[in-house]
Amino acid sequence: MEKFTKISSPIIPLPLENVDTDQIIPARFLKSTSRDGFGENLFRDWRFDKEGNTNTDFVLNKITEGEILVAGKNFGCGSSREHAAWALTDYGFKVVVSSFFADIFKGNALNNGLLPVQVSEAFLQAIFDSSSELEVDLEKQVIRIKDTGAEESFDISAYKKHCLVNGLDDIDFLLSNKEEIEKFELNRN
Amino acid sequence: MAGKTLFDKLWDSHVVRKGEQGPDVLYIDRHLIHEVTSPQAFAGIEKRGVPLFRPKQTIATADHNVPTQNQHLPIKEELSRKQVEALKTNCEKHGVELYGLGHPNQGIVHVIGPELGITQPGMTMVCGDSHTSTHGAFGSIAFGIGTSEVEQVFATQCVLQTKPKSMRIEVNGTLNKAVTAKDIILYIISKLSTSGGTGYFVEFAGSAFESLSMEGRMTVCNMSIELGARGGMIAPDQTTFDYIKGRDFAPPSGGDQWDKKLVYWKTLVTDADAEYDKVVTFDAADIAPMITFGTNPAMGIKISDKVPSANGDESFNKALDYMQMEADTDIIGKPVDYVFIGSCTNSRIEDLRAVANIVKGHKKAENITAWIVPGSKRIEAQAIEEGLDKILIDAGFELRQPGCSACLAMNEDKVPEGKYCVSTSNRNFEGRQGPGSRTMLASPETAAATALKGFVTDATEYLN
Ligand code: SF4
Repeated sequence: MEKFTKISSPIIPLPLENVDTDQIIPARFLKSTSRDGFGENLFRDWRFDKEGNTNTDFVLNKITEGEILVAGKNFGCGSSREHAAWALTDYGFKVVVSSFFADIFKGNALNNGLLPVQVSEAFLQAIFDSSSELEVDLEKQVIRIKDTGAEESFDISAYKKHCLVNGLDDIDFLLSNKEEIEKFELNRN
Repeated sequence: MAGKTLFDKLWDSHVVRKGEQGPDVLYIDRHLIHEVTSPQAFAGIEKRGVPLFRPKQTIATADHNVPTQNQHLPIKEELSRKQVEALKTNCEKHGVELYGLGHPNQGIVHVIGPELGITQPGMTMVCGDSHTSTHGAFGSIAFGIGTSEVEQVFATQCVLQTKPKSMRIEVNGTLNKAVTAKDIILYIISKLSTSGGTGYFVEFAGSAFESLSMEGRMTVCNMSIELGARGGMIAPDQTTFDYIKGRDFAPPSGGDQWDKKLVYWKTLVTDADAEYDKVVTFDAADIAPMITFGTNPAMGIKISDKVPSANGDESFNKALDYMQMEADTDIIGKPVDYVFIGSCTNSRIEDLRAVANIVKGHKKAENITAWIVPGSKRIEAQAIEEGLDKILIDAGFELRQPGCSACLAMNEDKVPEGKYCVSTSNRNFEGRQGPGSRTMLASPETAAATALKGFVTDATEYLN
């Protein structure tokens, strides 16, 4: 996994609530047996009409630069498909900002080096209002609106932060616990 | 010291290592896999060069992607076929038991787990599918995981998890006659919203749940994820033990092993003085048959109610627009095109019986295409044994072969654009049942009555 420390980027605003993973990546695109290439179908049914024509009203077709997606409350609800996180990272997103994330999505995102930043409703609104660039500093756990200088701190578990900053993943950590796992199994039987 | 909740007891007894500043290392008793979320995980462990740690604790089936007709023929759609083939190759290579297409144990992963007795009280279970919460009906901790976590379980039989908070949802009193398990959970979700349970693991308790069959309890726990909860559980009782007894993977009955297990299972209750992080209580008498009108499972109303008034909320308006529903109008009488009875929420034998009971001697309306997709090969066989197949076919239903089918429309079972489907599945998101499809979630009874009339219908009149 790539190391993550700090990022500064224009935003892609998606001011909708309850964006579910079926919208992020519709089920019919889940048939690959590898992790790559899902970005092509990110928000497929919003980006394209059924004939495959580009829907020019949709934000991803209007703004093409930006590694930070900013969405309304309860982003990533619905199906647990990790493909949603893969689609977002494959498309080029490094951060998703929302005032609330669905649990499984949050876990999936963190496992794939995509940082979910949960902010207050007011701060989210301020981001939408300014539509300015954002700075996200993972080490300091601070998100900042460049134009206005407004800042808010965000939470992340110390463990996940350690992983992201060092580019480590969970399996490396779990494998280092193998002896304990075997001992646990013996004691239960 | 205060007592413990059932959830706490089970979680704590499965922690291999407590995370000081992060998630716990949680031991997993049973791991279920299917063709869609496992290939990348197999590839992952192979790339790392680590073996599958406990292959005997993993069971595989093919369900998400499989056709529901002509299952004996090769799968036509190339990508689906490749996924199903990859599952077979991976299972063979890594020593995992596979109930693939054509196997008498094949079926939707959350249907076959309980049916085969794989799911038992006190276990931790995971699967790369959010409706793994279904298995909580047996008093186990069961939750959906992502593919990276599937890889964690492959490599170490553990997942890294932060312990969720605990919530108790209590429903007491006597249920109205026409109210099913599906109505109870749709009602709860409509009251608590799709994020009302986020961060929590739910225990359902109270007389309304105690009176449900295991099938009904599975329907409830299945949709706990639609509350945003990590999972849902119901403490095991005699109904649970009776269900498990004699199933393939159950401890052999009539011996020490069963008795020993039973002693343990009977300890699986929440202590009287235990405290939850949150408690919500409902009165069973307030619950009526439900149906959804919008594009998330919390947009549900009593079937006899009107579609709610627009409230200026953009997401709400977008949902009504997508569904082409008019605010302040009756939902009963709304014309429907498709009826889908299936999915891990409602495709068990009890559901098929309920549908047969309503449609027996009647014909579906002309404008309706009615699909009924049993959750497993065993259910299909039992339906035939009981003669339900004839009743359903006579009524004009297409009885398909087991799989997830139109629940997520990954195979060819798709509801066409703009068409309405009354569905017994669990999600009504935009396009869930096919691009542009419009889903209304309801119980098998409501779906059956709707199929007969051709428009949204309250099943009460068919229940004698
Ligand atoms: S039936 Fe639907 S919800 Fe259930 S496992 Fe299959 S796709 Fe998931």
